[in-house]
Amino acid sequence: MFSLAFAPLDAVRTAAAQVQGSQINDFLGEVKPDFVPGWAVPLTAAAIAVGIAMAIVSLIAMIGTWLERKVSGHIQCRYGPMRVGWHGWLQPLVDGIKLLLKEDMIPKGADRVLFVLAPAIVLASVMAAMVAFPLGPGFYFADINLGIFFILAMTSTTTIGVVMAGWSSNSKWSLYGAMREAAQVVAYEIPLGISLLVPIMVAGTFNLIEASNGQGGGLGIFNWYIWPWVNPFMLPAFLLFFVAILAETKRAPFDLPEAESELVAGFLTEYSGIRWSFFFMEEYAAMFLYCVVGSFFFFGGFESPLTSIARTTDVNVLIQVAAATTIILKGFAGLFLMMWLRWTLPRVRIDQVMTMGYKYLTPLALACVFGAALFEAFLAPVLPWRS
Amino acid sequence: MDQVMLQRAFYGALALLTLTALGIGLAMAGASGVAFGLFTAMTLGGALVCVWERSVVRSAFSLMATFTGVSGYFVLLEADFLAMAQILIYVGGILALLLFGVMLCPPDMEERQLKRVLPGLGIVGAAVAWLSMEVAGSARWYVDAGAPVGDALAEGEFSNARQIGVGFLGIDQYVVAFELAAIVLTVALVAAVYIARRSSVDLEPREGDA
Repeated sequence: MFSLAFAPLDAVRTAAAQVQGSQINDFLGEVKPDFVPGWAVPLTAAAIAVGIAMAIVSLIAMIGTWLERKVSGHIQCRYGPMRVGWHGWLQPLVDGIKLLLKEDMIPKGADRVLFVLAPAIVLASVMAAMVAFPLGPGFYFADINLGIFFILAMTSTTTIGVVMAGWSSNSKWSLYGAMREAAQVVAYEIPLGISLLVPIMVAGTFNLIEASNGQGGGLGIFNWYIWPWVNPFMLPAFLLFFVAILAETKRAPFDLPEAESELVAGFLTEYSGIRWSFFFMEEYAAMFLYCVVGSFFFFGGFESPLTSIARTTDVNVLIQVAAATTIILKGFAGLFLMMWLRWTLPRVRIDQVMTMGYKYLTPLALACVFGAALFEAFLAPVLPWRS
Repeated sequence: MDQVMLQRAFYGALALLTLTALGIGLAMAGASGVAFGLFTAMTLGGALVCVWERSVVRSAFSLMATFTGVSGYFVLLEADFLAMAQILIYVGGILALLLFGVMLCPPDMEERQLKRVLPGLGIVGAAVAWLSMEVAGSARWYVDAGAPVGDALAEGEFSNARQIGVGFLGIDQYVVAFELAAIVLTVALVAAVYIARRSSVDLEPREGDA
Protein backbone atom coordinates (compact mmCIF):
# COMPACT_ATOMS: atom_id res chain seq x y z
CA MET A 1 0.00 0.00 0.00
CA PHE A 2 2.84 2.36 0.79
CA SER A 3 4.36 2.13 -2.67
CA LEU A 4 0.93 2.59 -4.21
CA ALA A 5 0.36 5.71 -2.22
CA PHE A 6 3.51 7.18 -3.69
CA ALA A 7 2.73 6.16 -7.24
CA PRO A 8 1.48 9.69 -8.06
CA LEU A 9 4.90 11.03 -7.23
CA ASP A 10 6.43 8.81 -9.92
CA ALA A 11 3.85 10.06 -12.38
CA VAL A 12 4.87 13.58 -11.44
CA ARG A 13 8.50 12.76 -12.09
CA THR A 14 7.86 11.35 -15.55
CA ALA A 15 5.52 14.20 -16.43
CA ALA A 16 7.98 16.83 -15.29
CA ALA A 17 10.69 15.31 -17.45
CA GLN A 18 8.51 15.86 -20.48
CA VAL A 19 7.30 19.35 -19.72
CA GLN A 20 8.46 21.73 -22.39
CA GLY A 21 10.18 24.37 -20.32
CA SER A 22 10.08 28.07 -20.97
CA GLN A 23 12.82 29.85 -22.86
CA ILE A 24 14.38 31.07 -19.62
CA ASN A 25 14.43 27.51 -18.36
CA ASP A 26 16.12 26.22 -21.51
CA PHE A 27 18.67 29.01 -21.47
CA LEU A 28 19.53 28.40 -17.80
CA GLY A 29 19.83 24.69 -18.46
CA GLU A 30 22.45 25.39 -21.13
CA VAL A 31 24.61 27.76 -19.10
CA LYS A 32 24.30 25.80 -15.83
CA PRO A 33 27.69 24.87 -14.29
CA ASP A 34 28.09 21.26 -13.22
CA PHE A 35 28.12 21.81 -9.47
CA VAL A 36 24.61 23.31 -9.53
CA PRO A 37 21.97 20.59 -8.99
CA GLY A 38 19.43 20.10 -11.77
CA TRP A 39 16.41 20.98 -9.67
CA ALA A 40 17.72 24.50 -9.15
CA VAL A 41 17.20 25.38 -12.84
CA PRO A 42 13.39 25.45 -13.01
CA LEU A 43 13.19 27.14 -9.62
CA THR A 44 15.59 29.90 -10.72
CA ALA A 45 13.70 30.23 -14.00
CA ALA A 46 10.46 30.63 -12.05
CA ALA A 47 12.06 33.29 -9.83
CA ILE A 48 13.30 35.22 -12.87
CA ALA A 49 9.88 34.97 -14.52
CA VAL A 50 8.24 36.32 -11.37
CA GLY A 51 10.70 39.23 -11.34
CA ILE A 52 9.98 40.08 -14.96
CA ALA A 53 6.23 39.78 -14.42
CA MET A 54 6.50 42.11 -11.44
CA ALA A 55 8.49 44.63 -13.46
CA ILE A 56 5.95 44.52 -16.28
CA VAL A 57 3.02 44.92 -13.88
CA SER A 58 4.57 47.94 -12.16
CA LEU A 59 5.65 49.52 -15.46
CA ILE A 60 2.14 49.18 -16.87
CA ALA A 61 0.71 50.61 -13.65
CA MET A 62 3.10 53.59 -13.85
CA ILE A 63 2.27 54.38 -17.47
CA GLY A 64 -1.41 53.65 -16.80
CA THR A 65 -1.75 56.10 -13.92
CA TRP A 66 0.07 58.82 -15.84
CA LEU A 67 -2.08 58.21 -18.91
CA GLU A 68 -5.24 58.21 -16.81
CA ARG A 69 -4.42 61.58 -15.29
CA LYS A 70 -3.47 63.09 -18.64
CA VAL A 71 -6.54 61.69 -20.41
CA SER A 72 -8.91 62.77 -17.65
CA GLY A 73 -7.25 66.19 -17.59
CA HIS A 74 -7.59 66.77 -21.30
CA ILE A 75 -11.17 65.48 -21.35
CA GLN A 76 -12.02 68.03 -18.64
CA CYS A 77 -10.06 70.83 -20.40
CA ARG A 78 -7.18 70.67 -17.90
CA TYR A 79 -3.54 69.76 -18.41
CA GLY A 80 -3.13 67.07 -15.76
CA PRO A 81 0.34 66.63 -14.24
CA MET A 82 2.82 69.01 -15.90
CA ARG A 83 5.62 69.70 -13.39
CA VAL A 84 7.75 66.56 -13.09
CA GLY A 85 9.46 65.86 -16.39
CA TRP A 86 8.12 66.52 -19.88
CA HIS A 87 4.33 66.81 -19.52
CA GLY A 88 4.67 65.21 -16.09
CA TRP A 89 5.80 61.82 -17.35
CA LEU A 90 7.89 61.23 -14.21
CA GLN A 91 4.89 61.88 -11.97
CA PRO A 92 4.16 58.17 -11.28
CA LEU A 93 7.74 57.72 -10.03
CA VAL A 94 7.31 60.57 -7.56
CA ASP A 95 3.90 59.19 -6.60
CA GLY A 96 5.51 55.83 -5.95
CA ILE A 97 8.06 57.37 -3.59
CA LYS A 98 5.27 59.22 -1.81
CA LEU A 99 3.24 56.03 -1.40
CA LEU A 100 6.24 54.14 -0.06
CA LEU A 101 6.96 56.85 2.49
CA LYS A 102 3.35 57.16 3.67
CA GLU A 103 2.39 55.73 7.01
CA ASP A 104 1.15 52.18 6.66
CA MET A 105 -2.00 52.03 8.73
CA ILE A 106 -3.95 48.97 9.82
CA PRO A 107 -7.24 49.75 11.55
CA LYS A 108 -7.53 48.58 15.13
CA GLY A 109 -10.58 46.41 14.57
CA ALA A 110 -9.21 44.87 11.39
CA ASP A 111 -8.31 41.24 10.94
CA ARG A 112 -4.57 41.85 10.60
CA VAL A 113 -3.62 38.65 8.79
CA LEU A 114 -6.27 38.93 6.11
CA PHE A 115 -5.78 42.70 5.85
CA VAL A 116 -2.11 42.20 4.97
CA LEU A 117 -2.78 39.17 2.78
CA ALA A 118 -5.48 40.76 0.61
CA PRO A 119 -3.31 43.14 -1.48
CA ALA A 120 -0.80 40.32 -1.99
CA ILE A 121 -3.46 37.97 -3.36
CA VAL A 122 -4.86 40.66 -5.62
CA LEU A 123 -1.45 41.48 -7.06
CA ALA A 124 -0.40 37.83 -7.30
CA SER A 125 -3.46 36.93 -9.36
CA VAL A 126 -2.70 39.47 -12.06
CA MET A 127 1.02 38.65 -12.01
CA ALA A 128 0.21 34.98 -12.53
CA ALA A 129 -2.04 35.89 -15.42
CA MET A 130 0.74 38.06 -16.90
CA VAL A 131 2.85 34.91 -17.37
CA ALA A 132 0.62 33.89 -20.28
CA PHE A 133 1.12 37.21 -22.10
CA PRO A 134 3.51 36.68 -25.04
CA LEU A 135 5.51 39.75 -26.04
CA GLY A 136 6.41 38.34 -29.45
CA PRO A 137 5.74 35.19 -31.49
CA GLY A 138 9.04 33.79 -30.21
CA PHE A 139 9.39 35.77 -27.01
CA TYR A 140 7.32 34.64 -24.04
CA PHE A 141 7.52 33.18 -20.52
CA ALA A 142 5.28 30.23 -21.16
CA ASP A 143 3.54 29.23 -24.36
CA ILE A 144 0.49 27.88 -22.60
CA ASN A 145 -1.75 25.73 -24.75
CA LEU A 146 -4.85 27.04 -23.01
CA GLY A 147 -3.49 30.59 -22.67
CA ILE A 148 -6.79 32.46 -22.64
CA PHE A 149 -8.35 30.00 -20.23
CA PHE A 150 -5.37 30.43 -17.93
CA ILE A 151 -5.71 34.23 -17.98
CA LEU A 152 -9.44 34.04 -17.21
CA ALA A 153 -8.82 31.58 -14.37
CA MET A 154 -6.04 33.60 -12.77
CA THR A 155 -7.77 36.98 -12.98
CA SER A 156 -10.91 35.46 -11.46
CA THR A 157 -9.03 34.95 -8.18
CA THR A 158 -8.79 38.75 -7.80
CA THR A 159 -12.34 38.61 -6.42
CA ILE A 160 -11.19 36.64 -3.40
CA GLY A 161 -8.52 39.25 -2.63
CA VAL A 162 -11.02 42.08 -2.90
CA VAL A 163 -13.58 40.30 -0.72
CA MET A 164 -10.79 39.61 1.76
CA ALA A 165 -9.84 43.29 1.78
CA GLY A 166 -13.43 44.33 2.25
CA TRP A 167 -14.15 41.92 5.08
CA SER A 168 -10.89 42.30 7.00
CA SER A 169 -11.13 46.11 7.00
CA ASN A 170 -14.03 45.83 9.44
CA SER A 171 -15.78 48.82 7.92
CA LYS A 172 -19.24 48.94 6.44
CA TRP A 173 -18.07 50.81 3.33
CA SER A 174 -15.43 48.20 2.67
CA LEU A 175 -17.85 45.33 3.16
CA TYR A 176 -20.41 46.86 0.82
CA GLY A 177 -17.69 47.35 -1.78
CA ALA A 178 -16.54 43.77 -1.42
CA MET A 179 -20.08 42.40 -1.74
CA ARG A 180 -20.66 44.42 -4.86
CA GLU A 181 -17.36 43.24 -6.31
CA ALA A 182 -18.17 39.58 -5.67
CA ALA A 183 -21.66 39.86 -7.16
CA GLN A 184 -20.50 41.89 -10.15
CA VAL A 185 -17.49 39.76 -11.08
CA VAL A 186 -19.38 36.47 -10.78
CA ALA A 187 -22.15 37.92 -12.96
CA TYR A 188 -19.84 39.23 -15.68
CA GLU A 189 -17.44 36.31 -15.86
CA ILE A 190 -20.17 34.38 -17.69
CA PRO A 191 -20.68 36.77 -20.65
CA LEU A 192 -16.92 37.38 -20.75
CA GLY A 193 -16.13 33.71 -21.20
CA ILE A 194 -19.02 33.06 -23.59
CA SER A 195 -18.28 36.04 -25.84
CA LEU A 196 -14.64 34.91 -26.06
CA LEU A 197 -15.90 31.56 -27.37
CA VAL A 198 -16.74 33.20 -30.71
CA PRO A 199 -13.13 34.05 -31.70
CA ILE A 200 -11.93 30.83 -30.06
CA MET A 201 -14.28 28.92 -32.34
CA VAL A 202 -13.04 30.77 -35.42
CA ALA A 203 -9.39 30.44 -34.42
CA GLY A 204 -9.77 26.83 -33.31
CA THR A 205 -7.36 27.38 -30.43
CA PHE A 206 -7.06 28.74 -26.90
CA ASN A 207 -3.45 29.71 -27.51
CA LEU A 208 -2.78 33.44 -27.88
CA ILE A 209 0.14 33.03 -30.31
CA GLU A 210 -1.75 30.58 -32.51
CA ALA A 211 -4.77 32.88 -32.56
CA SER A 212 -2.50 35.70 -33.73
CA ASN A 213 -0.95 33.46 -36.41
CA GLY A 214 -4.42 32.67 -37.71
CA GLN A 215 -4.93 36.35 -38.55
CA GLY A 216 -1.79 36.80 -40.65
CA GLY A 217 -1.73 37.97 -44.28
CA GLY A 218 -4.02 40.53 -45.92
CA LEU A 219 -1.51 43.38 -45.38
CA GLY A 220 -1.66 42.63 -41.66
CA ILE A 221 -5.09 44.21 -41.31
CA PHE A 222 -7.74 42.54 -43.45
CA ASN A 223 -7.60 39.12 -41.81
CA TRP A 224 -8.33 40.34 -38.29
CA TYR A 225 -11.15 38.36 -36.76
CA ILE A 226 -13.15 41.49 -36.00
CA TRP A 227 -14.06 42.07 -39.66
CA PRO A 228 -17.58 41.02 -40.67
CA TRP A 229 -16.30 39.07 -43.68
CA VAL A 230 -14.47 36.70 -41.34
CA ASN A 231 -17.52 36.11 -39.18
CA PRO A 232 -20.38 38.62 -38.85
CA PHE A 233 -20.94 37.69 -35.20
CA MET A 234 -17.46 38.83 -34.24
CA LEU A 235 -18.31 42.52 -33.83
CA PRO A 236 -21.27 41.98 -31.42
CA ALA A 237 -19.13 39.45 -29.57
CA PHE A 238 -16.42 42.06 -29.18
CA LEU A 239 -18.86 44.66 -27.87
CA LEU A 240 -20.12 42.16 -25.27
CA PHE A 241 -16.54 41.27 -24.41
CA PHE A 242 -15.63 44.92 -23.95
CA VAL A 243 -18.57 45.65 -21.65
CA ALA A 244 -17.71 42.52 -19.65
CA ILE A 245 -14.05 43.50 -19.21
CA LEU A 246 -15.11 46.97 -18.07
CA ALA A 247 -17.15 45.30 -15.35
CA GLU A 248 -14.45 42.72 -14.55
CA THR A 249 -11.81 45.39 -14.03
CA LYS A 250 -14.22 47.56 -12.01
CA ARG A 251 -13.88 50.47 -14.43
CA ALA A 252 -16.46 53.19 -14.81
CA PRO A 253 -19.34 52.99 -15.62
CA PHE A 254 -19.10 49.76 -13.58
CA ASP A 255 -16.89 50.98 -10.72
CA LEU A 256 -19.56 50.19 -8.14
CA PRO A 257 -17.18 48.36 -5.75
CA GLU A 258 -15.24 51.59 -5.15
CA ALA A 259 -17.98 54.10 -5.93
CA GLU A 260 -16.61 57.14 -4.13
CA SER A 261 -19.82 59.12 -4.07
CA GLU A 262 -21.70 56.47 -2.10
CA LEU A 263 -19.14 54.13 -0.50
CA VAL A 264 -16.23 56.52 0.29
CA ALA A 265 -13.78 54.26 -1.57
CA GLY A 266 -15.41 50.86 -1.27
CA PHE A 267 -13.01 48.09 -0.34
CA LEU A 268 -10.10 50.55 -0.52
CA THR A 269 -11.45 52.76 2.27
CA GLU A 270 -9.16 51.54 5.05
CA TYR A 271 -6.04 51.02 2.95
CA SER A 272 -3.20 53.50 2.71
CA GLY A 273 0.30 53.81 1.34
CA ILE A 274 1.87 51.03 -0.66
CA ARG A 275 -0.86 48.48 0.14
CA TRP A 276 -3.40 50.83 -1.39
CA SER A 277 -1.26 51.21 -4.48
CA PHE A 278 -1.12 47.41 -4.91
CA PHE A 279 -4.83 47.47 -5.71
CA PHE A 280 -4.24 50.12 -8.34
CA MET A 281 -1.32 48.26 -9.84
CA GLU A 282 -3.63 45.27 -10.17
CA GLU A 283 -6.35 47.37 -11.73
CA TYR A 284 -4.16 48.86 -14.46
CA ALA A 285 -2.31 45.62 -15.15
CA ALA A 286 -5.61 43.73 -15.42
CA MET A 287 -7.02 46.40 -17.75
CA PHE A 288 -3.96 46.15 -19.96
CA LEU A 289 -4.05 42.36 -19.91
CA TYR A 290 -7.71 42.19 -20.91
CA CYS A 291 -7.08 44.72 -23.69
CA VAL A 292 -4.18 42.57 -24.91
CA VAL A 293 -6.43 39.50 -24.85
CA GLY A 294 -9.02 41.43 -26.82
CA SER A 295 -6.45 42.45 -29.42
CA PHE A 296 -5.18 38.87 -29.70
CA PHE A 297 -8.61 37.43 -30.33
CA PHE A 298 -10.32 40.26 -32.22
CA PHE A 299 -7.76 42.73 -33.55
CA GLY A 300 -5.01 40.64 -35.06
CA GLY A 301 -2.64 40.20 -32.13
CA PHE A 302 0.88 40.57 -33.49
CA GLU A 303 -0.40 41.22 -37.00
CA SER A 304 -0.22 44.78 -38.28
CA PRO A 305 1.22 46.53 -41.35
CA LEU A 306 4.36 47.11 -39.26
CA THR A 307 4.78 43.38 -38.64
CA SER A 308 4.08 42.64 -42.30
CA ILE A 309 6.87 45.02 -43.36
CA ALA A 310 9.22 43.50 -40.78
CA ARG A 311 8.41 40.01 -42.11
CA THR A 312 9.68 40.97 -45.58
CA THR A 313 13.15 41.66 -44.14
CA ASP A 314 13.32 38.10 -42.75
CA VAL A 315 15.37 39.26 -39.76
CA ASN A 316 14.01 37.48 -36.67
CA VAL A 317 14.90 40.24 -34.19
CA LEU A 318 13.13 42.84 -36.31
CA ILE A 319 10.00 40.67 -36.53
CA GLN A 320 9.93 40.13 -32.78
CA VAL A 321 10.41 43.85 -32.06
CA ALA A 322 7.70 44.81 -34.57
CA ALA A 323 5.32 42.24 -33.06
CA ALA A 324 6.03 43.42 -29.51
CA THR A 325 5.52 47.06 -30.54
CA THR A 326 2.26 46.15 -32.24
CA ILE A 327 0.80 44.29 -29.30
CA ILE A 328 1.86 46.91 -26.75
CA LEU A 329 0.40 49.72 -28.86
CA LYS A 330 -2.84 47.78 -29.27
CA GLY A 331 -2.97 47.17 -25.54
CA PHE A 332 -2.55 50.84 -24.78
CA ALA A 333 -5.11 51.79 -27.42
CA GLY A 334 -7.58 49.63 -25.53
CA LEU A 335 -6.49 51.21 -22.26
CA PHE A 336 -7.11 54.66 -23.75
CA LEU A 337 -10.58 53.62 -24.86
CA MET A 338 -11.39 52.43 -21.33
CA MET A 339 -10.19 55.74 -19.87
CA TRP A 340 -12.15 57.72 -22.43
CA LEU A 341 -15.30 55.83 -21.43
CA ARG A 342 -14.59 56.35 -17.74
CA TRP A 343 -14.45 60.11 -18.06
CA THR A 344 -17.45 60.24 -20.39
CA LEU A 345 -20.13 57.97 -18.97
CA PRO A 346 -21.99 58.31 -15.66
CA ARG A 347 -21.99 55.37 -13.24
CA VAL A 348 -24.84 52.86 -13.43
CA ARG A 349 -26.72 51.60 -10.38
CA ILE A 350 -25.85 48.22 -8.85
CA ASP A 351 -29.21 46.64 -9.72
CA GLN A 352 -28.78 47.89 -13.28
CA VAL A 353 -25.35 46.28 -13.36
CA MET A 354 -26.75 42.93 -12.27
CA THR A 355 -29.76 43.12 -14.61
CA MET A 356 -27.51 43.95 -17.52
CA GLY A 357 -25.14 41.08 -16.78
CA TYR A 358 -27.66 38.32 -16.22
CA LYS A 359 -30.65 39.35 -18.31
CA TYR A 360 -29.04 40.95 -21.35
CA LEU A 361 -25.34 40.22 -21.79
CA THR A 362 -25.48 36.48 -21.07
CA PRO A 363 -28.36 35.64 -23.47
CA LEU A 364 -26.88 37.94 -26.12
CA ALA A 365 -23.49 36.24 -25.79
CA LEU A 366 -25.14 32.82 -26.11
CA ALA A 367 -27.01 33.98 -29.22
CA CYS A 368 -23.69 35.24 -30.64
CA VAL A 369 -22.02 31.88 -30.05
CA PHE A 370 -24.95 30.06 -31.67
CA GLY A 371 -24.94 32.30 -34.72
CA ALA A 372 -21.18 32.16 -35.07
CA ALA A 373 -21.25 28.36 -34.79
CA LEU A 374 -23.85 28.13 -37.58
CA PHE A 375 -21.77 30.47 -39.73
CA GLU A 376 -18.61 28.47 -39.07
CA ALA A 377 -20.31 25.17 -39.81
CA PHE A 378 -22.20 26.04 -43.00
CA LEU A 379 -20.97 29.29 -44.57
CA ALA A 380 -17.28 29.50 -43.70
CA PRO A 381 -16.28 26.36 -45.66
CA VAL A 382 -17.77 27.73 -48.88
CA LEU A 383 -16.44 31.28 -48.59
CA PRO A 384 -13.33 31.56 -50.80
CA TRP A 385 -11.42 33.87 -48.40
CA ARG A 386 -12.03 31.59 -45.41
CA SER A 387 -10.86 28.28 -46.85
CA MET B 1 -2.90 26.54 27.43
CA ASP B 2 -4.80 29.63 26.48
CA GLN B 3 -6.27 30.33 23.11
CA VAL B 4 -3.43 32.50 21.78
CA MET B 5 -0.74 29.94 22.68
CA LEU B 6 -2.79 27.20 21.06
CA GLN B 7 -3.15 29.31 17.94
CA ARG B 8 0.59 29.94 17.76
CA ALA B 9 1.40 26.29 18.30
CA PHE B 10 -0.99 25.34 15.51
CA TYR B 11 0.51 27.75 13.00
CA GLY B 12 4.03 26.72 14.02
CA ALA B 13 3.13 23.09 13.38
CA LEU B 14 1.70 24.13 10.03
CA ALA B 15 4.96 25.83 9.03
CA LEU B 16 6.86 22.71 10.12
CA LEU B 17 4.54 20.58 7.99
CA THR B 18 5.22 22.79 4.98
CA LEU B 19 8.98 22.55 5.42
CA THR B 20 8.80 18.76 5.85
CA ALA B 21 6.66 18.41 2.74
CA LEU B 22 9.13 20.53 0.75
CA GLY B 23 12.10 18.52 2.07
CA ILE B 24 10.54 15.15 1.26
CA GLY B 25 9.56 16.39 -2.19
CA LEU B 26 13.04 17.70 -2.93
CA ALA B 27 14.67 14.50 -1.78
CA MET B 28 12.34 12.29 -3.81
CA ALA B 29 11.88 14.07 -7.13
CA GLY B 30 13.94 17.27 -7.41
CA ALA B 31 12.27 20.45 -8.66
CA SER B 32 8.92 18.88 -9.45
CA GLY B 33 9.09 17.28 -6.01
CA VAL B 34 9.43 20.71 -4.44
CA ALA B 35 6.35 21.77 -6.35
CA PHE B 36 4.58 18.60 -5.23
CA GLY B 37 5.55 19.28 -1.61
CA LEU B 38 4.39 22.89 -1.89
CA PHE B 39 1.02 21.91 -3.30
CA THR B 40 0.64 19.20 -0.66
CA ALA B 41 1.37 21.70 2.07
CA MET B 42 -1.10 24.16 0.55
CA THR B 43 -3.84 21.55 0.25
CA LEU B 44 -3.40 20.05 3.69
CA GLY B 45 -2.59 23.36 5.38
CA GLY B 46 -5.64 25.07 3.91
CA ALA B 47 -7.85 22.20 4.99
CA LEU B 48 -6.37 22.16 8.51
CA VAL B 49 -6.82 25.91 8.92
CA CYS B 50 -10.37 25.55 7.64
CA VAL B 51 -11.17 23.06 10.38
CA TRP B 52 -9.13 24.74 13.08
CA GLU B 53 -9.96 28.42 12.70
CA ARG B 54 -12.78 29.68 14.90
CA SER B 55 -13.59 32.53 12.56
CA VAL B 56 -15.90 31.18 9.86
CA VAL B 57 -14.73 33.72 7.31
CA ARG B 58 -11.08 32.82 7.84
CA SER B 59 -12.04 29.18 7.39
CA ALA B 60 -13.66 30.02 4.08
CA PHE B 61 -10.64 32.04 2.94
CA SER B 62 -8.28 29.20 3.82
CA LEU B 63 -10.12 27.02 1.31
CA MET B 64 -8.46 29.13 -1.37
CA ALA B 65 -5.14 27.50 -0.50
CA THR B 66 -6.71 24.05 -0.69
CA PHE B 67 -8.34 24.65 -4.07
CA THR B 68 -5.16 26.18 -5.48
CA GLY B 69 -3.06 23.30 -4.16
CA VAL B 70 -5.35 20.75 -5.78
CA SER B 71 -5.13 22.60 -9.08
CA GLY B 72 -1.35 22.47 -8.67
CA TYR B 73 -1.60 18.67 -8.53
CA PHE B 74 -3.49 18.75 -11.81
CA VAL B 75 -0.73 20.88 -13.34
CA LEU B 76 1.90 18.39 -12.24
CA LEU B 77 -0.14 15.58 -13.75
CA GLU B 78 -0.34 17.47 -17.07
CA ALA B 79 -4.10 17.96 -16.74
CA ASP B 80 -3.87 21.66 -17.56
CA PHE B 81 -7.52 22.10 -18.51
CA LEU B 82 -8.64 20.53 -15.26
CA ALA B 83 -6.21 22.71 -13.28
CA MET B 84 -7.50 25.93 -14.79
CA ALA B 85 -11.13 24.84 -14.52
CA GLN B 86 -10.47 24.08 -10.85
CA ILE B 87 -9.22 27.64 -10.25
CA LEU B 88 -11.87 29.30 -12.40
CA ILE B 89 -14.81 27.40 -10.93
CA TYR B 90 -13.76 26.72 -7.35
CA VAL B 91 -11.75 29.83 -6.48
CA GLY B 92 -13.39 32.34 -8.82
CA GLY B 93 -16.95 31.10 -8.54
CA ILE B 94 -17.81 28.74 -5.71
CA LEU B 95 -15.51 30.26 -3.09
CA ALA B 96 -16.77 33.77 -3.92
CA LEU B 97 -20.37 32.62 -3.45
CA LEU B 98 -19.40 30.71 -0.30
CA LEU B 99 -17.87 33.88 1.15
CA PHE B 100 -21.02 35.74 0.22
CA GLY B 101 -23.03 33.29 2.28
CA VAL B 102 -20.60 33.18 5.18
CA MET B 103 -20.30 36.94 5.48
CA LEU B 104 -24.07 37.28 5.66
CA CYS B 105 -24.34 34.70 8.46
CA PRO B 106 -24.14 35.79 12.10
CA PRO B 107 -20.99 34.46 13.78
CA ASP B 108 -21.68 31.62 16.18
CA MET B 109 -18.59 30.78 18.18
CA GLU B 110 -20.20 27.88 20.06
CA GLU B 111 -20.58 25.96 16.84
CA ARG B 112 -16.89 26.18 16.08
CA GLN B 113 -15.45 24.31 19.04
CA LEU B 114 -13.11 21.58 17.92
CA LYS B 115 -14.20 19.06 20.53
CA ARG B 116 -17.77 19.25 19.33
CA VAL B 117 -16.92 18.41 15.75
CA LEU B 118 -14.08 15.98 16.46
CA PRO B 119 -16.11 12.70 16.56
CA GLY B 120 -17.91 13.44 13.31
CA LEU B 121 -14.66 14.67 11.81
CA GLY B 122 -12.95 11.39 12.73
CA ILE B 123 -15.65 9.25 11.15
CA VAL B 124 -15.85 11.27 7.94
CA GLY B 125 -12.06 11.50 7.75
CA ALA B 126 -11.61 7.75 8.14
CA ALA B 127 -14.26 7.09 5.49
CA VAL B 128 -12.64 9.49 3.03
CA ALA B 129 -9.18 8.06 3.74
CA TRP B 130 -10.42 4.52 3.13
CA LEU B 131 -12.16 5.59 -0.07
CA SER B 132 -9.10 7.37 -1.45
CA MET B 133 -6.91 4.35 -0.64
CA GLU B 134 -9.36 2.16 -2.58
CA VAL B 135 -9.36 4.55 -5.53
CA ALA B 136 -5.58 4.88 -5.49
CA GLY B 137 -5.27 1.11 -5.43
CA SER B 138 -7.66 0.47 -8.31
CA ALA B 139 -6.60 3.36 -10.57
CA ARG B 140 -4.27 2.67 -13.50
CA TRP B 141 -1.31 5.01 -13.12
CA TYR B 142 0.54 5.62 -16.36
CA VAL B 143 3.97 5.48 -14.83
CA ASP B 144 6.14 3.12 -16.85
CA ALA B 145 7.06 3.01 -20.51
CA GLY B 146 4.20 2.98 -22.97
CA ALA B 147 2.34 5.79 -21.26
CA PRO B 148 0.03 7.05 -24.04
CA VAL B 149 -0.19 10.56 -22.66
CA GLY B 150 3.56 10.84 -22.17
CA ASP B 151 4.37 9.91 -25.76
CA ALA B 152 1.94 12.41 -27.23
CA LEU B 153 3.26 15.06 -24.85
CA ALA B 154 6.83 14.47 -25.95
CA GLU B 155 5.78 15.04 -29.55
CA GLY B 156 3.98 18.23 -28.59
CA GLU B 157 0.72 17.04 -30.14
CA PHE B 158 -1.31 16.38 -27.04
CA SER B 159 -4.03 18.84 -26.12
CA ASN B 160 -6.29 18.29 -23.16
CA ALA B 161 -8.91 20.62 -24.61
CA ARG B 162 -8.97 18.60 -27.84
CA GLN B 163 -9.25 15.33 -25.90
CA ILE B 164 -12.19 16.71 -23.94
CA GLY B 165 -13.86 17.91 -27.14
CA VAL B 166 -13.42 14.48 -28.73
CA GLY B 167 -14.85 12.85 -25.59
CA PHE B 168 -17.84 15.19 -25.70
CA LEU B 169 -18.73 14.98 -29.38
CA GLY B 170 -17.02 11.77 -30.48
CA ILE B 171 -18.23 8.20 -30.14
CA ASP B 172 -18.73 8.46 -26.39
CA GLN B 173 -21.17 11.40 -26.64
CA TYR B 174 -20.52 12.53 -23.09
CA VAL B 175 -22.03 15.87 -24.03
CA VAL B 176 -25.55 14.48 -23.48
CA ALA B 177 -24.86 13.58 -19.86
CA PHE B 178 -23.06 16.90 -19.39
CA GLU B 179 -25.98 18.91 -20.75
CA LEU B 180 -28.45 16.94 -18.63
CA ALA B 181 -26.44 17.73 -15.50
CA ALA B 182 -26.37 21.39 -16.52
CA ILE B 183 -30.14 21.45 -16.92
CA VAL B 184 -30.63 19.84 -13.50
CA LEU B 185 -28.36 22.47 -11.94
CA THR B 186 -30.20 25.31 -13.69
CA VAL B 187 -33.57 23.99 -12.52
CA ALA B 188 -32.24 23.70 -8.96
CA LEU B 189 -30.92 27.28 -9.12
CA VAL B 190 -34.16 28.74 -10.46
CA ALA B 191 -36.13 26.79 -7.88
CA ALA B 192 -33.90 28.09 -5.08
CA VAL B 193 -34.39 31.67 -6.24
CA TYR B 194 -38.15 31.12 -6.48
CA ILE B 195 -38.41 29.66 -2.97
CA ALA B 196 -36.24 32.40 -1.47
CA ARG B 197 -38.32 35.10 -3.13
CA ARG B 198 -41.60 33.62 -2.06
CA SER B 199 -40.67 33.45 1.61
CA SER B 200 -39.43 37.05 1.71
CA VAL B 201 -42.63 38.25 0.08
CA ASP B 202 -44.66 36.32 2.65
CA LEU B 203 -42.75 37.93 5.50
CA GLU B 204 -43.21 41.47 4.30
CA PRO B 205 -46.34 41.89 2.20
CA ARG B 206 -46.18 45.13 0.32
CA GLU B 207 -48.88 47.27 -1.25
CA GLY B 208 -49.67 46.23 -4.79
CA ASP B 209 -47.55 43.09 -4.56
CA ALA B 210 -49.30 40.32 -6.40
